[in-house]
Amino acid sequence: MTLDLDTVGGLLLSALPETVLTVWALALLLDAAWRHREPGAQRRTGLLALGGIALAFAATVWLWASGARVPGIASSLAVDSFRFAVDAIVLVSAALAVLLSMDYLEREAIRIPEYYVLILFAAVGMMLLAGGEDLFVVFLGLELMSVSVYVLSGIDRRSPVGGEAALKYFLLGAFASAFLLYGIALLYGAAGTTKLRLIASQIGPLQLRSHVMLLAGMGLLLVGFAFKVAAVPFHMWTPDVYDGAPTPVTGFMSTAVKAAAFAALVRVLLEAFGAAETHQLWAPVIWWLAAVTMVVGNLVALAQRSLKRMLAYSSIAHAGYLLTALVGSYGGSTAGAAAFLFYLLFYTLMTVGAFAILALKGRGGERDVLIDDLAGLAETHPWLAFGMAVCMLSLLGFPGTAGFIGKWYILVAATGGGYGVLAVILVLTSVVSAGYYLPVVMTMYMKPASHDQAHAGVLVPRLAGATLAVMVAALLVFGFWPNRVLDAAQAGSHAFLPPGITTITLPVPVGN
Amino acid sequence: MTAFLASLHYARWAVSALLLIPLAGAVAIWPAPARSAKRIALAVALVELAVSLGLWWAYDPGGPAMQIGGYLDWIPKWGITYRVGIDGISLFMVLLTTFLTPLAVLGSWAGITRREKGYYALLLVLATGMLGVFVATDLFLFYVFWEMMLIPMYFIIGIWGGKGRLYASIKFFIYTFLGSLLMLVAILVLYFNAYRSAGTAPSFALDDILRNATLPAATQYWLFGAFFLAFAIKVPMVPFHTWLPDAHVEAPTAGSVILAGILLKMGTYGFLRFALPLFPAVALNRTVTAVVVTLAVVGIIYGALVAMVQPDFKKLIAYSSVSHLGFVVLGIWAMTVQSVQGALMVMINHGISTGALFFLVGMIYERRHSRMVADFGGIARVVPAYAAVLTLVSLSSIGLPGTNGFVGEFLVLLGTFRTHPLAAGIAATGVIFAAAYLLWALQRVIYYKLDKPENEKLTDLTGREWGVLVPLVAAILWLGLAPGPVLRRMEPSTRRFIETVQGRPAPAVAQAAPPGPVPGAPAPGDDGPSGAVAGARLPSP
Repeated sequence: MTLDLDTVGGLLLSALPETVLTVWALALLLDAAWRHREPGAQRRTGLLALGGIALAFAATVWLWASGARVPGIASSLAVDSFRFAVDAIVLVSAALAVLLSMDYLEREAIRIPEYYVLILFAAVGMMLLAGGEDLFVVFLGLELMSVSVYVLSGIDRRSPVGGEAALKYFLLGAFASAFLLYGIALLYGAAGTTKLRLIASQIGPLQLRSHVMLLAGMGLLLVGFAFKVAAVPFHMWTPDVYDGAPTPVTGFMSTAVKAAAFAALVRVLLEAFGAAETHQLWAPVIWWLAAVTMVVGNLVALAQRSLKRMLAYSSIAHAGYLLTALVGSYGGSTAGAAAFLFYLLFYTLMTVGAFAILALKGRGGERDVLIDDLAGLAETHPWLAFGMAVCMLSLLGFPGTAGFIGKWYILVAATGGGYGVLAVILVLTSVVSAGYYLPVVMTMYMKPASHDQAHAGVLVPRLAGATLAVMVAALLVFGFWPNRVLDAAQAGSHAFLPPGITTITLPVPVGN
Repeated sequence: MTAFLASLHYARWAVSALLLIPLAGAVAIWPAPARSAKRIALAVALVELAVSLGLWWAYDPGGPAMQIGGYLDWIPKWGITYRVGIDGISLFMVLLTTFLTPLAVLGSWAGITRREKGYYALLLVLATGMLGVFVATDLFLFYVFWEMMLIPMYFIIGIWGGKGRLYASIKFFIYTFLGSLLMLVAILVLYFNAYRSAGTAPSFALDDILRNATLPAATQYWLFGAFFLAFAIKVPMVPFHTWLPDAHVEAPTAGSVILAGILLKMGTYGFLRFALPLFPAVALNRTVTAVVVTLAVVGIIYGALVAMVQPDFKKLIAYSSVSHLGFVVLGIWAMTVQSVQGALMVMINHGISTGALFFLVGMIYERRHSRMVADFGGIARVVPAYAAVLTLVSLSSIGLPGTNGFVGEFLVLLGTFRTHPLAAGIAATGVIFAAAYLLWALQRVIYYKLDKPENEKLTDLTGREWGVLVPLVAAILWLGLAPGPVLRRMEPSTRRFIETVQGRPAPAVAQAAPPGPVPGAPAPGDDGPSGAVAGARLPSP
């Protein structure tokens, strides 16, 4: 289906998922404001938000399946499979956040129906990020997403830690946005345009590869994105913010927010700077970011006693894995982008799963749940322990789980692109990560509970239980039969192939 | 028998069935009551044994390299397949696994009293993982099995182990994980290299990679290093052996038996199947050979000396494994038909003899709740049958002629002497040390005066324990007195291994088949390993 962006219909159709979700969110906001005091309003809002997400998801899948595309260069919002793939992942993550929040908010007595509306707005921002063909759209999406998430992280007004988290996130986030904006300004100064594809076409004729303004702009842009994806050394805010936010929000932040910022980074790097020669400019930077992020994230996670903080650092480490997938990607080789998409989906499932189980175990923000507090969970709650074990092994990248196939795909992309050393760093840091994922499994299965009533308060609501079961099943099933998802990820990455090439089965060799 | 198996199309389903039966059993244990878990596990393990026995007849030593296989597409995008097969090397590893599994179940009968369902289910999953390692001929599949057997073993040590089980289990896991992840990267580099130089469809099949890989010399060293590390940790070779005493001592009896009997063999099997054939030039390099042979000899002597001073009987046996496995590595690197066959024999014998020793220690531990050598003495008078079996098994572990241990170590030393006389000479003293530590321990446990009152009420072997020990003793005597049929089945594959590595026909030896071309035509698609590997060969110094 070819869309004509000069007509209103074509334009609307190209942005159908975003439009649907925005309209739905605005209506829901009115509704929530109107019926604030009614009992059950919060749950109803949540269910309605879920409906909106489902509609947007259907629209995304429909556009994807019908092969929607635009002739020539999309001016502001890309219409390609990469955008749809990331949209789908973001919407899944948002849906999981809503599903897992329903009982959580009631239990923690957080009565703010706007919570769900904020998740929807954040999702719209993320979808703009995933599709932004123009640096301004990217910036708009980033701000829409960030502002919503600032509020979400401090939504529990009575919690001082939540307030601290929100303030910290806001201040550092604003700082990062400024970097990004300044980078955009410099790029505009150098290339005379903010459209990604046009920047790419200007670099050659204008001899911009050694132009200071372009290099500075790229650098600032990278800093801004590195803040958002929590790559070391721009990760300082992450542990405190993740720790202070309500746990379902933490799950949402560490997956969807990261996914969207990453997607925008991928698109900017591959579309604006994706030529093989320009790739040489940023590949070393990403290489080092990836290496340092993996090393620091994993080593610091090793020292954590609190489960929530451990998961926060583990999500930093995973940002390093995702960056590894990126290093080898450029216009001619999209294996990295495909690996990125595949990993992102299952990273979302296993991380949200781990946070969800933590939310079931803890109380009052879960900040005080130590890894040791899980002792004996396998005796009283075998299925919960099993779910947690699968999530941990999947995060570790153990065969039989989808996390392994994801890590494998990243390794395929890295070694295939000639980055063997980075692949070795990845596996070595993965060994380190066994040092903190395994103790969780060990504690649940091999240590006795500290007292009889240790897990008496752990109740699994039906909704959360069913959601978890589906997630864990997906991790196991796709760990053995990943073919369908691999195909989808590959199709998603083909958005970045230069015109004329339609399929690449494996990365093109870059030297040996 | 052969005709009967052929009528069942045995070759088509046997190996896949061997992989599926234990998994199905593990699933079947789930809904069953806890009391019947061990009965189900035993029944499944016996069925497994029965199915695997057919391999003995169905395997044709003169036939193609890989037989009795199975093939399915798995992840076609990357050329990953389910591809299994058996040759003269894996045949005996498979039989050893299926032989020890029912014994392990039977040996856990009284010792495991809590969370039985989980235990027996994991034991069966472990069997699938180990068999998978031995039959996989696709590198990805091999890697998946190699990693997957870690989890059940980790839980078996960690949940049902002794006091230090948590430390031991995580150490075991992380050591193995470190080696195997580096191997994973090496597999990927090999895969891309083979794929690009062949220009055909991508494939992880061992045959394709053997045929197509053309690696620069420097890369080969790195990749060999990664494979070597993964396998050397598993064997374990000195200095990578420190996980072994912890894991062996803390594991429950059946866990130790499986660990020593089968898991350690996965390392040496990896050398035979992957590390040497894939990187022959590196493996045969003079310096590398010198280093490996030295490490093997050091392992033989060091393991024996450390075993000698152990106060804990179980730890003593654990260190003796380091020593025995040193013989295996030595035999493999000596590169003669005899020494490699001897290495294979030691792999089998060690599984049987050391497995039996672990069972015997477990039995006395169940009665006395102590494994300290000093806590016993003179118990031959109270438990004569136990003492007799312990003596026989110890003698076989030492390598007394007439028992299985002799055949293996003798062949290794004989074969090694032709290529590395000095190493063979030093290694031979290891046999003497083995006699020293085992006989001395034996003396202190079952002879001397019966001076501890606690030992006076020990009961002798029960019927179930006889059930565990009789098959082991029978195997010890059979392999010791008539190893011919076993050696005959190994010989062509051993020869093929040496030819693949050395890139030329192996010289004929006295007890082997007549000189000339290898009997039996190579399988289609398997005709070129030696030639193609020669292309990847380093200029030899």
